[in-house]
Amino acid sequence: MGNTPIDMQLLNACAALLLLLSFAMLSQRRVVSLVNLLAMQGALLCIATLLLAWRTGNNHLYFSAALTLGLKVFLLPWLLHRLIRRLQVYWDTEPMLNIAGTMLVGLLIVVFAFGLAQPISALASTATRSAIGIAVAVILLAFLMMITRRKALSQVVGFLSMENGLFFGAMSATYGMPMVVELGVALDILVAMLVLGVFFFQIREQFDSLDLHHLERLREDK
Amino acid sequence: MEFLLLLCVPAGGAIALGVLGGRRRAPELNVAFSLATFIAACVLTARVVSEGNLLLFREWFFIDPFNVFLVALTAFVGLTTALFSRPYMRIEMEHGRVTARRLRLYHAMYQLFMLTMLVALTTNNMGLLWVAMEAATLSTVLLVTLYRTAASLEAGWKYFILCGVGIAQALFGTILLYFAAEKVLGAEGVTALLWTHLNSVKGQLEPAVLGLAFVFLLVGYGTKVGLAPLHNWLPDAHAEGPTPISAVLSGLLLNVAIYAVVRCKVLVEGSLQSSLPSQMLMGFGLVSVVLAAFLLWRQRDIKRLFAYSSIEHMGIITFAFGMGGAVANFAALLHMTVHSLTKSAIFFTVGHAAQKTGSQLMDDIRGLVTISPTIGWGLMLGTLAILGLPPFGVFASEFLILTTAMKQQPWAAPILLLALGVAFAAIFRRVQPMVFGETTAKRLPHPPALLPVFAHLAIVLALGVYVPPYLADWYRAAARLIGGP
Repeated sequence: MGNTPIDMQLLNACAALLLLLSFAMLSQRRVVSLVNLLAMQGALLCIATLLLAWRTGNNHLYFSAALTLGLKVFLLPWLLHRLIRRLQVYWDTEPMLNIAGTMLVGLLIVVFAFGLAQPISALASTATRSAIGIAVAVILLAFLMMITRRKALSQVVGFLSMENGLFFGAMSATYGMPMVVELGVALDILVAMLVLGVFFFQIREQFDSLDLHHLERLREDK
Repeated sequence: MEFLLLLCVPAGGAIALGVLGGRRRAPELNVAFSLATFIAACVLTARVVSEGNLLLFREWFFIDPFNVFLVALTAFVGLTTALFSRPYMRIEMEHGRVTARRLRLYHAMYQLFMLTMLVALTTNNMGLLWVAMEAATLSTVLLVTLYRTAASLEAGWKYFILCGVGIAQALFGTILLYFAAEKVLGAEGVTALLWTHLNSVKGQLEPAVLGLAFVFLLVGYGTKVGLAPLHNWLPDAHAEGPTPISAVLSGLLLNVAIYAVVRCKVLVEGSLQSSLPSQMLMGFGLVSVVLAAFLLWRQRDIKRLFAYSSIEHMGIITFAFGMGGAVANFAALLHMTVHSLTKSAIFFTVGHAAQKTGSQLMDDIRGLVTISPTIGWGLMLGTLAILGLPPFGVFASEFLILTTAMKQQPWAAPILLLALGVAFAAIFRRVQPMVFGETTAKRLPHPPALLPVFAHLAIVLALGVYVPPYLADWYRAAARLIGGP
C-alpha cells in the first residue's frame, strides 16, 4: 500500500466504507436511519465515481457522478422520507433472523463474494479491480437484507442498496456502463420508486399496515 | 419509417390514453392504437420479407428472423387482447370493480406495456434490453393490483419484488457481459453491448466471465420466464390481475423473457465452446415442466390452473432451446408462437366464464356449454389445443420436441412424456365438468363476442397443419442462429 497514489487509497477507503454501510444497514431497525444509511451509500458512490473520473479523465463518469448525486443522494432518500412521514412507519419489527445471526451470515457472504469475484478481478484491467469483490458483497448483503426484513419499506431500501452495489460493480469492473444504459437504469429505478409509492398507499389502505405478513395469504392451494 | 411507427404508436397511445383513458370511448381508442401498432408491425414484416434483416438507428435496433415473427405475434395478440378487453373492462366497470380513474391507468399502462415489449424484442443493445424488461415489469405491477383486493396487492408485491430482484441479477450479468466485451470491442462508443457485434466476436470473449454472466442472466431473465424454482410470482400475478392482463402476461411477456434468455445463450455458448448453457437450460426447463405438471393437480382457481400450465409450457420451450440443433430450435420457436396464441385465447374464454359466473373457483363454474355455447366450446377447444391434441399446432411442436429428445437426450424423453401426461389429466379433469357439467344457471341473453378466441384457435389449427413458407424460413434461419449441438 506504501506506493499507492493517494486517490487510489481514497477510492479503496470508499469501497471499504460502502461495505461497512451495508453491514450497518443489516443491523439497523429504524427505518429513518436505514434511509439515511442508503443516502450515505449514495454519497460514497458519488465520491468514488468522481475520484475515478478525475483519475481516468473519463468524461462520462462525471455525468454518472452527477446522476448518482441527484438520484441516490437527494431524490430517492427524499421520496422515501416523505413516504415514511406520510405512512408513519418508523420501526421495522424483529427481523426473521436476529441481528447477531444476520451479521454472522453476512460475514460468510462477504467471504463468498470475494471468492466469486476472484476470476473477474483477475481479468480486469481497471485500477479499481480490487473493489469488485466489495461490490459483489454489497449486492449479496442487500439481498440478505431483503430476505430477512418484514417491512415493505426496509425491503425497498435493500433493493436500492442492491442497485448501489450493481452500480459500484459496473464502475469498478469497466468504469461504468455506456451512458444510455445508465440513464435507462436510473429512469427505471426512479419509476420503480414512484410505482412503489402508489403501491404502498394501496397496501396501507387495504391492511392498515405495511407489515408483509399480511401479504402471505396466497398459497399454492388457495 | 414503419419501425418508428411501431414504437411511436404505443408510446403516443400511452400518453393519449393517460389523458383520455377513463372516457366512455377509451376502450375503442385502445383498440385503435393497438390496430395501428399491428398495421405497423405488418408493414415492417412485409419489408423484412422482401429486404431481409434490418439494422436501424445506428444499429440500435435490429430485425432478424428470430425477432420478426415475435414482433408480429406481439402486435397481433396485443390487438386481439384489446378487442377482448373492450367489452370485458366495460362489464367490470358496470360491476363496480374498476372506476374511471383506474380504467385510465389500465389503458395507459396497457399501451406502455406493449411499447416496452416491442423495444425489448427489437433492440440490439443488451443494456436497453434490460431496461425494457424492467420497464415491462413496472408497467404491469399496477395492473396486477388494479382491483385493490388483498390478494391482488399481495400478488403485485410479490411480482414487483421477485421480478425486481431477479432482474437485478440480470443487470449484473449484463455488466459482466459488457466487461468481457469491452476487452474485445473497446469501450469507445457503445458497440460493446450491441448484440450483432457481440455475436460476431463471441469466440473471443473471455469464457470464464461469460460463464458467470450467463448464470446471472439466466436466473434474472429466468425469473421473468417463470422457470422453477423462480416461478412463485407467476400464478399470483396471472390470477389476481384483470384477465386481459393475464392473457398478455402469459402470451407475450413470457415469450419476450425467453427471447432474452436465448439471445444471451447464443453469445455464451459461442464463447464457452461447451454445452454448459444448454445443460442449464435443459435442467431448468425440465424441473419447471415436472413441477408445474404436479402442481396443476392442486389448483382450484381456474386462472391459476392455466398460469401453471404456462410454466409447464415455458419449461418445454426452455428445454427445447437447451437441446438445440435445427429441429429442436424450430420446434421451440413454433411452440412459442402457438402457446402464445392458444393461451391468450384460453384466458379470453376463462375471463368471460369467470365474469358470467362471478367466481374464478373451478368448483363454481359448471355447464358453460348450456350457459353459452361459444364460451363453452371456446374453452374446450382451447384446452384440447394447449394439451397438445392433434391437429392443433401445439401437437406439432410438442411432437417434434419429444422425438428430438428421444434422439438427442433419451433420458429426458420419458420424464417429459410423463409430465405431459400428468398435466393432461390434471387440466382435462377440471375443464370437462366446467364445460359439460350440470348447471342451474340460465342461458345468457346475448352471446359474448369471442371473435379473438376463434381467430387465435384457427391460426393454431392452421399452423398445426401447414406452416407458411416464409414463417418456416424464419424459424429455420432463427434455429441456425441459435445453433446448439
